[in-house]
Amino acid sequence: MKKLSTRRRHPLAAFAVLTLALAFAGALYAALVSPSASADSGGTSLAAQIQQGKLLYVSSCSSCHGMNVEGTSLGPSLIGTGSASVDFQMSTGRMPAQQFGAQIQAKPNPYTPEQIDDIAAYVQSLGGGPVIPSASQYATESTEVALGGVLFRTNCTACHNFSGEGGALSDGKFAPPLTQTAPINIYEAMLTGPQNMPVFNDQVLSPKDKQAIISYIVADRNSPNPGGAGLGRLGPVSEGLFLWTVVLAILLLLAVWIAAHTTKASAERVAQAAAAKSKSEK
Amino acid sequence: MSDEMKHSDELAHSGHGDDHGHGAVALHDDPFADPGLPEHHVRLTDIDEKAAKRAERQVAILFAISALSAIGFCVAYTEIPINKIYDFFPLGQVGASNLVLGALLGLSLFSMGAGAVYWARTLMTDVEFPQERHHLESDPVTKAEAIAEFQQGVADSGFTSRPLIRRTLIGAMAVLPLPALWILRDLGPLPQQALRSTAWTAGELIINDNTVSLDGTTGQGIKPADITIGSLVSARPQAALSAGDDFNDMMIKSAILLVRMDPADIHSQQERDWGVDGIVAFSKICTHVGCPVSLYEQQTHHMLCPCHQSTFDLTNDGRVIFGPAARSLPQLPITVNSDGYLVAVSDFTVPVGPSFWERG
Repeated sequence: MKKLSTRRRHPLAAFAVLTLALAFAGALYAALVSPSASADSGGTSLAAQIQQGKLLYVSSCSSCHGMNVEGTSLGPSLIGTGSASVDFQMSTGRMPAQQFGAQIQAKPNPYTPEQIDDIAAYVQSLGGGPVIPSASQYATESTEVALGGVLFRTNCTACHNFSGEGGALSDGKFAPPLTQTAPINIYEAMLTGPQNMPVFNDQVLSPKDKQAIISYIVADRNSPNPGGAGLGRLGPVSEGLFLWTVVLAILLLLAVWIAAHTTKASAERVAQAAAAKSKSEK
Repeated sequence: MSDEMKHSDELAHSGHGDDHGHGAVALHDDPFADPGLPEHHVRLTDIDEKAAKRAERQVAILFAISALSAIGFCVAYTEIPINKIYDFFPLGQVGASNLVLGALLGLSLFSMGAGAVYWARTLMTDVEFPQERHHLESDPVTKAEAIAEFQQGVADSGFTSRPLIRRTLIGAMAVLPLPALWILRDLGPLPQQALRSTAWTAGELIINDNTVSLDGTTGQGIKPADITIGSLVSARPQAALSAGDDFNDMMIKSAILLVRMDPADIHSQQERDWGVDGIVAFSKICTHVGCPVSLYEQQTHHMLCPCHQSTFDLTNDGRVIFGPAARSLPQLPITVNSDGYLVAVSDFTVPVGPSFWERG
């Protein structure tokens, strides 16, 4: 003990104590509250799932949405938003939000599906709301593509572009591209209207219509570009930009290259030719 | 300056060139003298017959490539199935027919042009020579002859001596452009009052676009409870289901959007009164140039037009808050009928869509 007390005035003592304290706090967090510490919830009862979800909620979501899901100035109340909303926001990585801005953006999702299901079950237990769709609801149906196209053009193209490439909204907000979005997430987005997207609830857009729209998006995503490179499938804008920048630059360089290469003979060759001529004349 | 003059100038200069030292200051050079042509350099193909032969062959090869590509185009057009899809790196999945046709036609045109350029640069003569302009003015004899001929023609035709013919001809030519003006005046029936009214009338059922069958003849109405807060529904009048050939003419004016907001979010009392429990109906036709507005931000209640980003505030009578649109988005007054479905109270109270000349 004496040894320790003599060392406490060492210049590095404060750093050593701080490092130890941080390591201890980190270990405690990893052991008790981090998402990866509680992945063993598969196959449990609904009550246990909700209990597990509540723990995860408190550790991952409560700082913005409040300890009792009542909402704070940083995030809205989640009561009544339903499990579909939780699954959409978390499985696309939008929640927990990394930073505030014009729009919360998608990012890699650090949670396991079981953990998201637990939190979803917890939020669902509080006030109901749209539930996570079953796999059969968002399974693509090749016979529904034509109807899906009509519905997609009526409801979705204004923001998400005619081939689902996304587009800009006001003040830095944007409609994200649908080219990578999982069918279940497309379904949940229509059902819950995340951020500035309008809600397309089942009464105004039936589950069958939603399935048709998903079928169309997936069919369109997988369809080839018969005309050549898609160039982002943005139509004449990107095609014109390509022509006026890349192709025009190539043509200009070609013109410069032609003019820069002389066809004139070098003085040496002229002299050689003159010598050969005089030789042959002799 | 003609050649003769130039030569005489040069002679004069060279003649006085030896007179230095006599006190007179001779102009050494005419500052405006024609600098003449630069020294001619010969090309390799001019002095080396082998090089010339090689260039000739290269031009011929380019022309042959052009011809072969054009023939290849014809073959590809008939031989490659139009629906054949290949994975071309780095383009991805593309139609083989389109790609090959474009590449071959491009190669054909490019080889033709490249051959012509190469021919001109290597083999066509590149000796510079001046080509003098001739005088534009005719000599006096020719001018006098032409004037005499013209006057003889005028006299022979009787144009001056027979004023009746002259005047009727001038009159007829003045009337001749009239048919062009006449048909321009009447390029179809005038719109009359058609731009001022739409298919919406009192009690007209609002049909949810999403429930309309693919043939457009059946569809279902909407009940207020169907629409949750934050929803956006495109809708049409029931009359559109039986419009037949008039469908486009009808929908271009009558397409609407329904949104539901918290009534407390709506700033305008009239807008609240024209809606049902926060459900409000607005024209879908932008007041700028008539694009369908349907970019709805459900948190800000801004409705954007995809064409020119006109932005309408749906909490405040559809007022323009950004963009080129000059007028608010017209609101359709709606209510609930005895069956519980949403219906129009009346037509729009102002003309929908872009402004027009006689709108007032």
